[in-house]
Amino acid sequence: MTRRKLVVVGNGMAGVRTLEEMLKLAPDMYDITVIGAEPHPNYNRILLSPVLSGDKALADIVLNGHEWYEEQGIRLLTGDPVVAIDRAARHVVTASGRREPYDRLLLATGSKPFMVPVPGVDLPGVMGFRDIADVEAMLATARSHRRAVVIGGGLLGLEAANGLHRNGMDVTVVHLLDSLMERQLDKPAAALLRYALEARGLRFLMEARTRAILGEDRVRAVQFEDGLEVEADLVVMAVGIRPNIELARAAGLHCERGIVVHDTLQTFDPGIYAVGECVQHRSTCYGLVAPLFEQARVCASHLAHVGHQRYEGSVTSTKLKVTGIDLFSAGEFNEGEGDETLVLQDPAQGVYKKLVIRDNRVKGAVLYGDTLDGSWYFQLLREGTDISGFRATLLFGRHDLGDAGHGDETRVAALPDDAEICGCNGVCKGEITTAIAAKGLFTLDDVRAHTKASSSCGSCTGLVEALLAATVGQGYDPAPSRKPLCKCTEHSHDDVIRTIREQELKTMAAVFDFMEWQTPDGCHACRPALNYYLLAAWPGEYVDDAQSRFINERAHGNIQKDGSYSVVPRFFGGLVKPDELRAIADVADKFQAREVKVTGGQRIDLFGIAKEDLPAVWADLGQAGLVSGHAYGKALRTCKTCVGSEWCRFGTQDSTGLGVRLEEMTWGSWMPHKFKMAVSGCPRNCAEATIKDFGVVCVDSGYELHIGGNGGIKVRTTDILCKVDTEEEVLEHCAAFIQLYREEAHYLERTAPWVERVGLAYVKQRVLEDAAGRAALVERFLHSQRHAQVDPWAERARGAAAGEFTPLRIAN
Amino acid sequence: MNDWIVIARLEDIPRLGSRTVVTDTLTIALFRTRDDRVFALRDSCPHRGGPLSQGIVHGTTVTCPLHNWQIDLASGQVLGPDEGCVHAYGVKVEEGLVHLSLTAHQSAA
Repeated sequence: MTRRKLVVVGNGMAGVRTLEEMLKLAPDMYDITVIGAEPHPNYNRILLSPVLSGDKALADIVLNGHEWYEEQGIRLLTGDPVVAIDRAARHVVTASGRREPYDRLLLATGSKPFMVPVPGVDLPGVMGFRDIADVEAMLATARSHRRAVVIGGGLLGLEAANGLHRNGMDVTVVHLLDSLMERQLDKPAAALLRYALEARGLRFLMEARTRAILGEDRVRAVQFEDGLEVEADLVVMAVGIRPNIELARAAGLHCERGIVVHDTLQTFDPGIYAVGECVQHRSTCYGLVAPLFEQARVCASHLAHVGHQRYEGSVTSTKLKVTGIDLFSAGEFNEGEGDETLVLQDPAQGVYKKLVIRDNRVKGAVLYGDTLDGSWYFQLLREGTDISGFRATLLFGRHDLGDAGHGDETRVAALPDDAEICGCNGVCKGEITTAIAAKGLFTLDDVRAHTKASSSCGSCTGLVEALLAATVGQGYDPAPSRKPLCKCTEHSHDDVIRTIREQELKTMAAVFDFMEWQTPDGCHACRPALNYYLLAAWPGEYVDDAQSRFINERAHGNIQKDGSYSVVPRFFGGLVKPDELRAIADVADKFQAREVKVTGGQRIDLFGIAKEDLPAVWADLGQAGLVSGHAYGKALRTCKTCVGSEWCRFGTQDSTGLGVRLEEMTWGSWMPHKFKMAVSGCPRNCAEATIKDFGVVCVDSGYELHIGGNGGIKVRTTDILCKVDTEEEVLEHCAAFIQLYREEAHYLERTAPWVERVGLAYVKQRVLEDAAGRAALVERFLHSQRHAQVDPWAERARGAAAGEFTPLRIAN
Repeated sequence: MNDWIVIARLEDIPRLGSRTVVTDTLTIALFRTRDDRVFALRDSCPHRGGPLSQGIVHGTTVTCPLHNWQIDLASGQVLGPDEGCVHAYGVKVEEGLVHLSLTAHQSAA
């Protein structure tokens, strides 16, 4: 079958994006020829402003280099524009007389700047702001001349003015109306913007109508209707764009302001499609990038013969690309009759936010100074979400829901997966985080290459970087199950956990062997993980490998930065006897503890103990009946309690007694990560049970069980698991929950991210709904505890693992 | 020329583990690999002085327990991307006895 011929007129963003989308769907359907007027490969036209202002280099904004066309087998003809379309013969004719036949023709001819028809508009030094040649001409002029006038106070005009100013020119912006960017901003936001730009040194001439451009062989000044003249060496016209329709009109295609297209992006000749700024769709011409990309997706599906999509128009949003000025606008930002507005104004901080609400739905937004939530509001706007449930906090943004105040990174982390990050390319958070995890992306360029996010206007770059940091930089990985455990293996945590059980692998050597580890000994990352997985899978059978334990767990103390250790004995439920306190005080004296501190977990920490002294310290503490607190381990740590009904006038249950029972049942248990518990005797929650891995809040009628909380870098409050009536049920649910976590979580994954990864519903199903399963979990936990509840301090005080604590000595 | 001192029996050092040797002036960490080779480094990470003897041994590398710097046991060189070096002492194992030299550098393997 011979391939059909597709000719694309125009080598800009819309045309090439259509090809990219089409090649994904039907890579072999067409022989493709692209004919571009400019002598460049496809570049990112929206980023001309940053090139002008010096924030980016020309090379940075090339989207598809020549090699891309070669790889895709696309013929690229530049510098020889198409001058005619012969629809009957189905070919296009170029300026040099070349004829290119087509089966399908795609017009992506773009637009050109509208030049106000005043005398002198043809003088050298008067130009639009549209392509690389314009930018080069402006930069060249800025090197030799000082004064510039920009006609047009819209988005493009202001970006041009800022760029010229950054290049050292004296810039006056001339605007016909009394308010800047009137198509995107209401008056208060426009005033803030003007103030900020004036502070940078730009001058504004408002409500000024240009009468003529004066000069002999080059522009000298701009003259206005009121007779005022402003001297100028450069005049940039930025009052709007006009679709390039001459070619289409000459070929007899129906045109109005633009080339008229249907919802399928077909012109009135069904063999000819058109996309981008040259088209007029449902009476609208678009000059922004997001609609062009939406058009490209639909057009590509029809070209690839999988066309069932329709383009039904775009709701657009705008961001100004002037470094240091954050501005966002979308929808109907000027309220009509019957609309409500929510306004937040903080002039000192330079923040202004306005939302226009109609029938409890966002109809428009203007944000100045803080635009982080622009994409959220835009999403609410497009999806017509009913905001009555969170109207009170709407203006403060999505990030105030559950944010602990850690800046952009946490704010981004709090966004849901379907939140749009890149408005230009329609890329959601979930796509980005999935790509980062699945493809091991580490740099902004990687993310741009794989997802296209932040590759167009760049205004979401900060968000993408925060997302990258949040995803790669923390152990808080939203999709860790697919990542290799470490560099020693291709296998993920889940693979390893499953294989150890299924294949009954009971030694580390067996795991290395069966799972084809790529290093003979593993590394400091995988060995502790494997040691834990084996220990959890085969209690009583697997022999713990001390050399695969992190030093704290090998030495049963917390190593400090000077190499000394700290010692924390266990206080069950936070209770301690006078004799035990005396023993602690004696030990502190005898072994010269350099500091004694009460911990957050209601215990006492002795600092500055030499490693050599540890067994003797433990022997003395053991004499008083104290055992290891496992404060050093990925293990059951503490059960914090309040005094409860024994003493407190508000207490509803014996929270201290229950805490002691919980800790007695669970102490000594090794876990994927540290595990903390608490019991509060009433809903005042003095024991802070709602930020613990397992928390109990006593109420008059029973016990609320909470799971999956933690303090730390990213605070997470618990989810409620259920409410039970008796202490026995508390113990049962606690044991089942712990065992599920012990068996299924990844090593070094706290319960908070684990619960978020597997979902609360899953945990409830396993621990609540499946009663037989719960009993089995409890049974396995108690079995494991029979082997785990051996005090490691007592063993070592009696001489076990002596080599660990005794140095070899030589005198010299 | 070299002042070799018999310091321990091979089995005094656990496989993939370490023992410390304390002199009047310094602490040295002895490491034993899976294949019973023994190396000696000054027990102080070039990063923040962490005790290398407390790290996890894998291959001929030890990972410092404080901030996970990785140090080559044979040369004392820090492995990339970090940079640095810690003194490596001469060690030999003969008839199950570990000999240490405080003056010789790492003996030829």
